[in-house]
Amino acid sequence: MSELIHLSASELATKLHSGEVTSVQAVQAHLDRIAEVDGAINAFLHVNAEEALAVAAEVDAIRAAGGEAAQALHPLAGVPIAIKDLIVTKGQPTTAASKMLEGWMSPYDATVIEKIRAAKLPMLGKTNLDEFAMGSSTEHSAFGVTRNPWDLNRIPGGSGGGSAAAVAAFEAPLALGTDTGGSIRQPGAVTGTVGVKPTYGAVSRYGAIAMASSLDQIGPVSRTVLDSALLQELIGGHDPKDSTSLPNSLEGLVAAAVEGTAGDLTGVRVGIIKELQGEGYEPGVQARFEESLELLKSAGAEIVQVSCPNFKYALGAYYLIMPSEVSSNLAKFDGVRYGNRVLPQEGPMTIERVMGATRAAGFGDEVKRRIILGTYALSAGYYDAYYGSAQKVRTLIQRDFDAAFEAADVLISPTAPTVAFELGSKTDDPLAMYLNDVATIPANLAGVPGITVPGGLSEGLPVGIQFLAPAYEDKRLYKVGAALETLLEQRSGHSFISQAPSIDAATIGQKG
Amino acid sequence: MSAISREDLVHLARLAHIEMGDAELDKMTGELGVIVDAIASVSEVASSDIPATSHPIPLNNVFREDVVGQTLSIDEVLLNAPDSDSDRFKVPAILDGE
Repeated sequence: MSELIHLSASELATKLHSGEVTSVQAVQAHLDRIAEVDGAINAFLHVNAEEALAVAAEVDAIRAAGGEAAQALHPLAGVPIAIKDLIVTKGQPTTAASKMLEGWMSPYDATVIEKIRAAKLPMLGKTNLDEFAMGSSTEHSAFGVTRNPWDLNRIPGGSGGGSAAAVAAFEAPLALGTDTGGSIRQPGAVTGTVGVKPTYGAVSRYGAIAMASSLDQIGPVSRTVLDSALLQELIGGHDPKDSTSLPNSLEGLVAAAVEGTAGDLTGVRVGIIKELQGEGYEPGVQARFEESLELLKSAGAEIVQVSCPNFKYALGAYYLIMPSEVSSNLAKFDGVRYGNRVLPQEGPMTIERVMGATRAAGFGDEVKRRIILGTYALSAGYYDAYYGSAQKVRTLIQRDFDAAFEAADVLISPTAPTVAFELGSKTDDPLAMYLNDVATIPANLAGVPGITVPGGLSEGLPVGIQFLAPAYEDKRLYKVGAALETLLEQRSGHSFISQAPSIDAATIGQKG
Repeated sequence: MSAISREDLVHLARLAHIEMGDAELDKMTGELGVIVDAIASVSEVASSDIPATSHPIPLNNVFREDVVGQTLSIDEVLLNAPDSDSDRFKVPAILDGE
């Protein structure tokens, strides 16, 4: 049954619907794959085998019985999914990859999890991430690094390295991620998978452990553009529990992906962002990017140049706004109501000292850096210069996007400046790590949607191509993303992910 | 823009309720200095005539009917508490000295 793991979610859904395979078979095939390779990949922090098989059996029984209940099943019913461990789930631990929450059991489900349960997608388990989603390599997890399935000595990106690696290694056809500055798209780029950051508010954030509330967004992770569209339609829509959720659902995402697979982009204006290419971008990344432009042009797209002069300030604004929100959001981890409590070694046991010891032991270095940086940016005397200025830059970046979308329907850039780098190569240099997100951060600051699709290989490692669209126009991403995916497949004669090295006992033995 | 001094960091760590040892303070002072230098450029373009944006998508205040919605039971609330007594969280002493 190992061929089951190579099917896309939509292909698997078709076979489940026709009765050719059962959901129990599909879930078991993925559990077997996890057992086989996850010792080396470490994409999963928790495997939810029993519940996943029970949900699968329930779907199979409904389908076997036929009738109205079978007709009413969601198209993705029975298709297994992995969940980033920043999203709270009843019945499975949620840790945010932090010692602070080790063993924590959420008393409620996130809204996206309620939707997944209602649609009966078996949940395979919880995936690894940088602690509280703070990082670009998944090396800041308190529970060990995740390895890139394309090269086990390299990073899978971050913070959602676990979800991206699980999907790239065929441990799951679908996963959920969260994207605050690129945590869905950058891992997608370096693992050769598809990831989408929807328009801010298009998917409820209720139950995603907050990092930076004005930037955080839950979104889909998959191996094909169509699969991400199917998943975003399932998890999207207004949620009264999230006051920032959009009042209306975004429609037509799946239809747009299907339309895109025709490979016709006649009349679509694609804008190259001058500031997001060239210097700082590896030659191999730049080469695949330019080939993608040629393919889009051959499909009828009109390529235009746009300039977003304030994007050069985006990284600075992001690393002021995000830590400021972090310092506030993470104040709740006080060792009193939930999370682990650590007592001071000596001296009086006051709440203040217990809190200091708890947070010292519970948070890792990167989390502490961001809390301190945010505390600084918000402190008296610096507020206007730092936080206030960053909020103005946010306005300037929105204006840059507005002007760019006058000239273009979608914008395009490399998703990340480099291919996956080696584990450990940037952990001692926080600033170098931050630069990985230079191309993904502007979308979060402006709230606009973005997608990464594989654009080819450089030295045997995946390169990601990012498209950005105006707010509420996620469907444009699915159309152009699916078109590029199709054009690349037509040119090479095979799917992108089929080039991934097979992972077996031999390759696992070679890891460094 | 001034860099963060070690004394500043001691103060910030206290505000953030994170206990830090000498080695950690030394290391982080250096790291934060580099980061602050890199991000300070935001003030170059932030002139007074530019409005601040706090939220990416303009939304008005959101209200709901003032009715009781879904809530957690006491057992659920206390499920993950490090320490509790009957129906309450148990908190360490607020003030020093008995």
